[in-house]
Amino acid sequence: MSGPQPSGETLLSVRDLRKHFAITGGVFSRVVDKVHAVDGVSFDIAAGETLGLVGESGCGKSTTGRCILRLIEPSSGEVLFQGADVTKMKTDALRALRRDMQIIFQDPYASLNPRLTVGAIIGEALTIHNLAASRQALEDRVVQLLETVGLQPDHMRRFPHEFSGGQRQRIGIARALAVEPKLVICDEPVSALDVSIQAQVINLLEDLQEQFGLTYLFIAHDLSVVEHISTRVAVMYLGRVVEIAPSRDLYDNPLHPYTEALLSAVPIPDPTVKRKRIMLQGDVPNPIRPPSGCHFHTRCPIAKPDCAQRVPELRESKPGHWVSCHYRG
Amino acid sequence: MAGSTPASLSADAPRVGAAAPRKSRPVTPAREAWRRFRRHRLAVASGIVLIVMFAAVALGPIIWPVPINDIDFAAKLQGPSWAHPLGTDDLGQDLLARLLYGGRISLAVGLAAMVVAVVVGILVGALAGMSSGRVDAVLMWLTDLFLSLPQLPLLLLVIYLFRDTMKGIFGVEGGAFVLIVVVIGGLRWMPVARLVRAQFLSLREKEFVEAARALGASKTRQVVQHILPNALGPVIVAGTIDVAAAIIAESTLSFLGLGFPSDVPTWGSVLRDAKDYLDIAPHWALFPGAAIFLAVLAINFIGDGLRDALDPRRVL
Amino acid sequence: MRSTRAESSDASVCVAEPLLDIRGLKTWFKTDDGMVRAVDGVDLHIDRGETLGVVGESGCGKTVTARSVLKLIDMPPGRFEDGEILWQGRNLIPLEQAEMNKIRAREIAIIFQEPMTSLNPVYTVGDQIAEVIELHQKLSRKQALVGAAEMLRLVNIPHPQRRVHDYPHQFSGGMRQRVMIAMALSCQPKLLIADEPTTALDVTIQAQILELMQEMKDKFGMAIMLITHAMGVVAETCQRVTVMYAGKVVEEAPVEALFGNPRHPYTQGLIRSIPRVDRAAEKKQRLEAIAGTVPSLLDPPPGCRFASRCKHAMEVCTRAMPPLKEVGPGHFVRCVL
Repeated sequence: MSGPQPSGETLLSVRDLRKHFAITGGVFSRVVDKVHAVDGVSFDIAAGETLGLVGESGCGKSTTGRCILRLIEPSSGEVLFQGADVTKMKTDALRALRRDMQIIFQDPYASLNPRLTVGAIIGEALTIHNLAASRQALEDRVVQLLETVGLQPDHMRRFPHEFSGGQRQRIGIARALAVEPKLVICDEPVSALDVSIQAQVINLLEDLQEQFGLTYLFIAHDLSVVEHISTRVAVMYLGRVVEIAPSRDLYDNPLHPYTEALLSAVPIPDPTVKRKRIMLQGDVPNPIRPPSGCHFHTRCPIAKPDCAQRVPELRESKPGHWVSCHYRG
Repeated sequence: MAGSTPASLSADAPRVGAAAPRKSRPVTPAREAWRRFRRHRLAVASGIVLIVMFAAVALGPIIWPVPINDIDFAAKLQGPSWAHPLGTDDLGQDLLARLLYGGRISLAVGLAAMVVAVVVGILVGALAGMSSGRVDAVLMWLTDLFLSLPQLPLLLLVIYLFRDTMKGIFGVEGGAFVLIVVVIGGLRWMPVARLVRAQFLSLREKEFVEAARALGASKTRQVVQHILPNALGPVIVAGTIDVAAAIIAESTLSFLGLGFPSDVPTWGSVLRDAKDYLDIAPHWALFPGAAIFLAVLAINFIGDGLRDALDPRRVL
Repeated sequence: MRSTRAESSDASVCVAEPLLDIRGLKTWFKTDDGMVRAVDGVDLHIDRGETLGVVGESGCGKTVTARSVLKLIDMPPGRFEDGEILWQGRNLIPLEQAEMNKIRAREIAIIFQEPMTSLNPVYTVGDQIAEVIELHQKLSRKQALVGAAEMLRLVNIPHPQRRVHDYPHQFSGGMRQRVMIAMALSCQPKLLIADEPTTALDVTIQAQILELMQEMKDKFGMAIMLITHAMGVVAETCQRVTVMYAGKVVEEAPVEALFGNPRHPYTQGLIRSIPRVDRAAEKKQRLEAIAGTVPSLLDPPPGCRFASRCKHAMEVCTRAMPPLKEVGPGHFVRCVL
């Protein structure tokens, strides 16, 4: 199966990725059910681009990000990083991969070890991968990283709890940058931050991308943030990608009815703008027993009877614009 | 209705204080904990009491150089006097000297048993918490099994069975010490193991541990550098309570005559010897009782203070 | 849901006595490090039937202000240092808890950000709503339960007769927030305080809840005090907006004036720092971030609280707190510019 291709040289290809979490019950921990968190996801990311991954809570976007890094073991599928299959890597190869792929977390409070100094947190990767020849070299590099993310050198002797949310997120970014990665998975990096701080961090991420030629997989639920930072955007619903398109294209001409509803639900900070709102009825269904056929058919305003039977393929409707719907595009 | 829901201000109030690093000295988590501990008056006072007790039993024989076995029937069962500040027993032995000596054993047993319990507990708990599935299940079954054993009869049985063997290896006093410490500690590790396992299960899902994995940290490094240090707070608290419990357990054993040899004074054995003379020499029972009471109470208060100071919710 | 905005924005400067009038409120908290001035002289008012948005970042005092109105602040560590909270002309601050309980729910109701933790997991939602009705309307349990089912129907929960016997964990996040709204409205209060009611919800569910709140407002004619950090939500639901920063009101204006002509540098920064979904065509410009972080409320500097982050800060800004001055009809701003 060939997934949606970006224009440049492909850095990462995800092919039919699946992750099923077993729900165990009873005295003998039998598997009683499975959550289909990620249910056949495919996409490519080109070197230097930002792919946005949006969807509501429980759609599997964070699980996808962690499966790519193998922080969670995927159930099946392939993750090709520069041609090598990450899912088949042994310990040593995986360790080497960690230098190329890093992650930035959502919660700036939970993502830093409260018992380590900022210097130790940022320097940890350098110690693990023997990237510093001496103590002095390590310290110099940490100072350099702190300055790169807009913090001061003397911050390295402080502890995380002395910093505000935005500053902590900068520390997390510096930690990820320490190994000079090619791909950074940003898992909701600004959604826990205050509005005025969000812009600082988004600008920083953009600057770093330019400076170091980084490639981002930007996972978020906030469509306006994703639209701002991404080259292309993939929309997920209940473990599947329903639409992938260049960012501007997706926002101007959403094809999938879910994308359309999602976009129209975003409040616009301008009281003079009037829009037609597509109100989705009901809640996201339970991922333990997702609806048959197209997962979205239970809430879809244009659903027809056969949507409950046939699973729509992700197909290219226009060059670069992929959609998974029987009746759109 | 909604109006009766308790107001939590955690979202607004405390965060403002942490808005920016403002003090010039870095505030280490340890220093922060010490600052909070100091506010707990009773715990600080208990700490001082305990330090005085430790100093007394450590330096006691130097300050009060009266032999513990000096028999003087002329001065038997005397109340407190200048010659014998805490009085004497039925053999005219000086109680102060015996309690100072006995305190060494009681406190040493308490600390050593706590160390045994905490070390075993951390090992079992960490292993269970890091391995999921079968290993975890087996270790937890073992923990539950130990918890369900009747402690005192087992204690008596083990001591009865192994007393002579241990005496052969470590000598009379040493053998008793090792046996009592191992037995008391060996029956008190289960709560620690459960605590550590619960901490590990929650901490290993924390994003900072995930970040370490993403950086390529080995499992050992994840545990030693990231998980264990954050799990230790509640373990230290449980450990302090264990010291108190072990002191009481040793006293119980001595009281039952199963502790140290009868000529070696410990707080428990002095109390046991005093029990037949309660009506004519109440001071004899009063002082060792007070020593046990004071030590246990002080340690428990310190545990309370540490719990407040090391509350992980406030550090994380 | 925007239909009511235009007609009442002018009415907000009307002469009648406001429903709620907060004057110079100071709610401080005693901490180990000193006095935290969470709310430090806040003036705001809400008229009958209007929706007032209170916006600001975490720690700006918006939640503390809301909880002060219902006296839900733990005292100590909190205390009312100064000011008055006039509810229909009557000062709430000196009231005893028993007196307050007559006002809570019956006249002023509140819903919180986390619908998961605001409901008691061991009682059915019907019991919880019925309890409120029973308490305040002196009805029998049976009648109250009928009322509870009716409230669930009003907030569009499917099969209300059956769902009334369900427990909170059997509802999804959005449905729980509907239950919270049903509970809050069960005594038909005159003012609903909504403290970040949609922050924990997904965007499509947020749209549902905001629409429901508007629908309920039209039906019951109550006023809403909507506390949020999301400028988009404010723009779409409120008639008037109060912007708070570090315990102070920095700007107050009708919604069109606030978004069309923001006067305070902080408000300008807030509006400009948000990426806009509807402006895909003109995008790829850098976001205008506000530099720095929120100042500590422990020892706030004497001048304007925003001075340290302000692009236009002058020497005078660090010396004295500028007063709130009127720059347009109903448009007040605390800035020397």
